[in-house]
Amino acid sequence: MNNFFRKFYYGDIPEEKGSNNIVSSDAKTDWPLWEIFIRSKQGLDHKHVGSLHATDAQMAIENARDVYTRRMEGISIWVVESKYIHASNPDDAENFYEPAEDKVYRYPTFYDLPDEVKHM
Amino acid sequence: MSEQEAEKVFQEKLDDEIKIEPKDWMPEKYRQTLIRQVSQHAHSEIVGMLPEGNWITRAPSLKRKAILLAKVQDEAGHGLYLYSATETLGITREQTINDLHSGKAKYSSIFNYPTLTWADIGAIGWLVDGAAILNQVMLTRTSYGPYARAMVRICKEESFHQRQGFDILFVLSKGTKEQKEMCQDAINRWWWPSLMMFGPHDKESTHSDQSMKWKIKRKSNDELRQNFVDMIAEQAKVLRMTLPDAELKWNAEKKHYDFGEINWEEFWNVVKGNGPCNKERLDTRRKAWEDGRWVREAADAYAEKKKVKRKAA
Repeated sequence: MNNFFRKFYYGDIPEEKGSNNIVSSDAKTDWPLWEIFIRSKQGLDHKHVGSLHATDAQMAIENARDVYTRRMEGISIWVVESKYIHASNPDDAENFYEPAEDKVYRYPTFYDLPDEVKHM
Repeated sequence: MSEQEAEKVFQEKLDDEIKIEPKDWMPEKYRQTLIRQVSQHAHSEIVGMLPEGNWITRAPSLKRKAILLAKVQDEAGHGLYLYSATETLGITREQTINDLHSGKAKYSSIFNYPTLTWADIGAIGWLVDGAAILNQVMLTRTSYGPYARAMVRICKEESFHQRQGFDILFVLSKGTKEQKEMCQDAINRWWWPSLMMFGPHDKESTHSDQSMKWKIKRKSNDELRQNFVDMIAEQAKVLRMTLPDAELKWNAEKKHYDFGEINWEEFWNVVKGNGPCNKERLDTRRKAWEDGRWVREAADAYAEKKKVKRKAA
């Protein structure tokens, strides 16, 4: 009866203890994780779209085609094994980006021009 | 920063509608709630392939077969977007899949109902995907970045699912007497389980509403359910079919449809594993995993062989 008093959102069902039907897991662990980048059309940058597992780069590219371009969302795919991605630390963001904060003169709007000057 | 301060900063970010990204600090309970919710969502996509997959070989025409294949393939893709989002929370793919197969993790109960006739495929698209879309559109604004982005991707693809379902029913609704009956019968069987998809009444929760506060959820169960009833009641008229609820009636004052009470006993029964197909669905998933073992091993061996070859070259 306890269940009736638990929040139970669509897509968020409370977990119970597992049954005894534990499936044997593979001796080897997951295939490596790859980050997928897709160029949606000629002239645009590759953009990160998500990740997937694959044994090697070739398989990652083929799987990326099936997972991320079923409706012609891409014309070029980059894959990078996730372990090779290095990222800045969000906890340092305040200091890290601080140097750009007080340089308003880097923006064109900083400069007051006489009205006679056109097209600048 | 103390834990308490960190939580305060975290909540301020959410209140300012700033998304949380994988490497940001987050309360452990936020992480756990998301792991549970996003992985269950992923499992629902994957298990959801089963009732429809049953009809791929029996679809009434080549056109319908191609459409259904594409739809089921989309569900696989949606599962993968969501598994990939789950992984950013620090749980391995293998653990997530094991939790499904062991019965620890749940998936949407709707997929524990059987698909008895071709019209059921129409009813699933129209009602089940229709209900799912309302939830998913809301989730495009969820506070966790990777989950929100997966939802945007999914929503773009999902509206074809609902339309193809409606299209199946629409054709049946203009068919022979038997086809019309089949159409009505499927709607009768899927209507209440679809309403159950939104979960229990809001008032049944005595817990503080943490998922709302964390902006993981943006609308309550009853709100979403009302949206759904209002939408479907109108569309049913176009099909010239009825919804199996004598209490369903437009309320001019509230500007919403009133509707009858859900059978909550059935709801909890199915959640607890006693639905018509709970066992069959999990057995099928486990068997697919076991039967696919040699493919995974072969792919491993092939990759290894190629690696050795590359080194030798």
